[in-house]
Parts: sequence; C-alpha cells; structure tokens
Amino acid sequence: MQELLLIAVGSAFVNNVVLSQFLGICPFLGVSKNVKTAAGMGGAVVFVITIASFVTGLIYKFILGNPNIMGGELEYLNTIVFILVIAALVQFVEMFLKKSIPSLYNALGVYLPLITTNCAVLGVALTNVESGYGLLTGVVNGFATAAGFLVSIVLMAGIREKTEHNDVPESFKGTPIVLVTAGLMAIAFFGFSGLI
Amino acid sequence: MNKCTERIFNGLVKENPTFVLMLGMCPTLAVTTSATNGIGMGLSTTAVLIMSNMLISMLRKIIPDSVRMPAFIVVVASFVTIVDFLLEGFVPSLYDSLGLYIPLIVVNCIILGRAESYASKNPVLPSIFDGVGMGLGFTVGLTCIGIVRELIGAGQIFGFQVMPDSYEPFTIFILAPGAFFVLACLVALQNKVKKNLAKKGKEVPKTAGCGEGCASCASKGICGGHLSGSETVSEMSALKKDADKTNEQEGV
Repeated sequence: MQELLLIAVGSAFVNNVVLSQFLGICPFLGVSKNVKTAAGMGGAVVFVITIASFVTGLIYKFILGNPNIMGGELEYLNTIVFILVIAALVQFVEMFLKKSIPSLYNALGVYLPLITTNCAVLGVALTNVESGYGLLTGVVNGFATAAGFLVSIVLMAGIREKTEHNDVPESFKGTPIVLVTAGLMAIAFFGFSGLI
Repeated sequence: MNKCTERIFNGLVKENPTFVLMLGMCPTLAVTTSATNGIGMGLSTTAVLIMSNMLISMLRKIIPDSVRMPAFIVVVASFVTIVDFLLEGFVPSLYDSLGLYIPLIVVNCIILGRAESYASKNPVLPSIFDGVGMGLGFTVGLTCIGIVRELIGAGQIFGFQVMPDSYEPFTIFILAPGAFFVLACLVALQNKVKKNLAKKGKEVPKTAGCGEGCASCASKGICGGHLSGSETVSEMSALKKDADKTNEQEGV
C-alpha cells in the first residue's frame, strides 16, 4: 500500500508528466485558454490513460511479456502494439460513451480523438513496462500521471485567465508568455522533489 | 534534381519544423539538455522520417484512404522499433540518455504530418528528399537549442569545456524549466522576425504547432483538427456535432 502511494505521489507531483517529463505539451499549450476547457481535457486524459494502462498492462502480461508465447521474446513489439491498441481503444471508448453514457460523452467527447496523439498515453504504457510494474501498480501509476496532467493544465488555465489582459511585451504575446509561465510552474514543482 | 534540392531547402529553412512550424515540441523540450542529445534525437528522427516517407510514398496507391492513419502508424512504429534496436546495439550511451523518447518518436507529429501532407500524395524520390530536408531541419533546430542550453547550463558544448573556469553555470537551464525559457525566447524571436517581415510586406510563414491553432496544422487529419486555442467549448461542440451529423449521413 505504501509503495503504491509513493508511486502515485511520485508520478503525479515529483515527476509531473508535463512539467518535468515534457509529455503532452501540445494539449498543455493549446487547450489551456480557460479553466473549463482545460478541466474537460484533463478529465478525458485521466479517463483514457487509466483505461489504457489497464489494457496495455493486460496485453503485456498475457501476450507480449508471457514467457510461454515465443519464449517471451515478443517484447520488441511493445511500441507497435501499444500505439495501435491505444488508437483503437480511444475510438471504442468514444463510441461506447456516445451510446451508453451521453452525459459523460458531452463533457469529454470533443477531446477524445485528440488523445490518440497525446504522447503521455503511450509514454505511460511504455514506462509501466520498463519499470516492471504489475497490473495494479501500472493502473495506479497511469491514474496518478494523468492526475498530474489534470492538475498542471487546470493550474495553467487559471493563471492564463488571470494574466490574459496583462501588459506583455509585444513579441512575448501568445505562446512565448505561456512557455515562460510553464517554466515558472516547473520551478514551483521542483518544490515537490524532496517529498520522496 | 531541382525539385529534390528545393525539398531540402524547404525543410531546412522555409518550413523548418522547429523554428517555423513549431512541430514536435515534446522531444524538442525533453532531449535538448545537451547538444549531443539534440543531434542524436534529430538524426534518429531523420532516419525514421526518410524511411517512413519512402515506404508510405511507395504504398500510397495501395493504402485505402479510410484506413490510412492506422497504416501510417504501423509503418512509422516499425521503423521506430528498428531505430530503437540499432541505437541500443551501437550507441548505448545515447540510448540511455534518450530513453523513453526514442519509442515516442512514433507520436512525433512531424512524421505523421509529413506522411499525411506530403508522402501520401507525391512520388518516391521527392518524398525521400522531403524526409531528408525536414529531418535535417529538425536536427539543426534541436542541436541549436541543445547548444544554447548546454552552454548556459553547463558551460560546455558537445561535452567540451568552453567557458572559463570562473564561469558559474546556471544549472536551471539544463533542468526542466530552462527548456521552457529557452523555447519561449525562441518563439518570441520568431514573432519579432515575422512582424518585421509583415512590415516589409513579405509573405509570413504560418506556424503549425498546436499552440497556434489547427487551421494550418499538418496533422489535422490525425487529431481531428477542431481544437485550437482560440476556439471556445461551444464552438468545438458545435463542430463535433456537425462532424457526427456528416458521419451519420455517410452511414458511418
């Protein structure tokens, strides 16, 4: 239990997926104009990454990393299989939500197709395998990583809403000032590094 | 050959993926802690880009339009796996320092973007040279950022000490925040250049990165293309509904 907690805090705050591992920068910069949109995107990422780490964990445990199939030498297929599974999974989740839980679909729907190319999803799946996490640990790690993404993108959107009308030097308007903000947030997140 | 040299010039200067199009920001920020890492990542991406452009261009009449994205992803992922093994076997030190970011070349939007917007529509030879140009442009971009960060953050270039001993390195520049700051300055510089160009009445090249909206983005086909920074939620849901409607009409 304590180990799971350590992994969760570690991936959510200490090694924050955006601010220290630079995964998922595109949505972080592109979809952080206002808090509501950012929260929607973050929610969708939490949803997809948690499911994806479970499914990729299953596939790794029973097929790719299984010593009984091809002597466990299928590991080299990890990247190819994972990216295809994630792409298919996102489509499937979208269809499922649309038919069964329309309210959740309305909240997350627009963001789902974008998540396929979010490198955080593939990144988490590969990290889980590389660190030798089991099924439960992998899902916890995935959920925590995504929660870290949610926290940082919502914080970012909040800061951007507050600073929108500030007097920024002409050339720094738009993306550059967002990047500077991200840099300052990254420094702030260094504060967590003593936690573990 | 004229068209081929034009492709290389296009990738290196006119549509440089790092400085002009702002594509592939994740590896740009993550691996540029030193010039060596930058060049290693750039060349690996170049290799994947050339090979995938070549194969996709060869297969462009065979791959049906409706499944082209999964097909492209499989092609790219296969080459990434090959590059991953080659690096592990021949340059283990680079392999260790790039780590997770080598398999993540698969989701680098430069590669899928070029496959979608160039290789799937053009003959083999120009596609190869398009890959060479874009890849080298990316390599140059990463190396430049790597040099700046290594110089300020460690006082070295390519691992050689260039700053005098009295120089106190700003370690923050080779840590995570430094990446954001250097990139911020770079984009600001680019904005300045663009404004000067616009003042002189010259054509201003468009940015394609996700921070600047989807209208000109090469990978629009992959991400759905309806989520740019300037659009509000309601507009996006409206777009989504439209898309759903057309899907239903087409019987999808």
